[in-house]
Amino acid sequence: MSASIEEVSGEDIQKYYDRLKDDVERHGYHLNPDEDMTRDLIRGLIVNQRRNSYPSCPCRLASGDIEEDLDIICPCDYRDTDLGEYGMCYCALYVSGDVLSGEKAVSPIPERRPSPEERAKARAETGGAPVHAGLSKPVWRCRVCGYLCGRDEPPEKCPICGAQKERFERFM
Amino acid sequence: MADHNLKHIDGADRGRILLYALSTCMWCRKTKQLLGDLGVAYDMIDVDLLEKQEREEVTEDIKKWNPECTFPTVVINNEKCIIGYNPDELQAELQVTR
Ligand code: SF4
Repeated sequence: MSASIEEVSGEDIQKYYDRLKDDVERHGYHLNPDEDMTRDLIRGLIVNQRRNSYPSCPCRLASGDIEEDLDIICPCDYRDTDLGEYGMCYCALYVSGDVLSGEKAVSPIPERRPSPEERAKARAETGGAPVHAGLSKPVWRCRVCGYLCGRDEPPEKCPICGAQKERFERFM
Repeated sequence: MADHNLKHIDGADRGRILLYALSTCMWCRKTKQLLGDLGVAYDMIDVDLLEKQEREEVTEDIKKWNPECTFPTVVINNEKCIIGYNPDELQAELQVTR
């Protein structure tokens, strides 16, 4: 049974790759130019998508519970900060301009995601940021790309990066 | 840990090398490749392929060495742990040259 989940055809990988590359380039991001690495990671994303019906990070262990895994649905909440600090995301699927141009090499970076214990603690404490007096609407922040909007509810999908509503947090 | 989940890869005996990996992870694949290139014998387990119960048992084992439970995690001789893909440290620890 699991063999079929693991078996991803070259054609499926290519399709995913073409679509993703086109999409990320249009949004100012870059995929790792080492296609061997990138295809391997895309294979992982496809396997995870089949397993849990969402494409969680190939280099992290998903719980299978979408609530717990929201922060590691690719692109994860940590991508942009890691691109800024290290020039690549944790898996090295996404890279910065200087890695793309070859000025900087791809190498492993430390894990930024909080530990399972810290995450459990944070979940227990979430009440969101308090609404500031004087604001006519709450402000929501997309955890993936940082987009902010002032409205009663976050949008169904982030208009900038396409992340789902569930990935917004109350910002102000 | 349930040993039947371990996959053994033959090679030169450099002590007990245990690799905790994910089947989907690129850095884990690189670690497998490196250990293969070094020609050392090791045991490995792809944690994402385990059923829930076993997965929980194995992650508890990993956390003893690596509380963050990240991959790859390599445990050598039940006394030394190398976290992440780290060719230099692995080679130094196993005293092999490529
Ligand atoms: S952006 Fe990179 S680190 Fe984050 S989930 Fe995707 S592949 Fe993994």
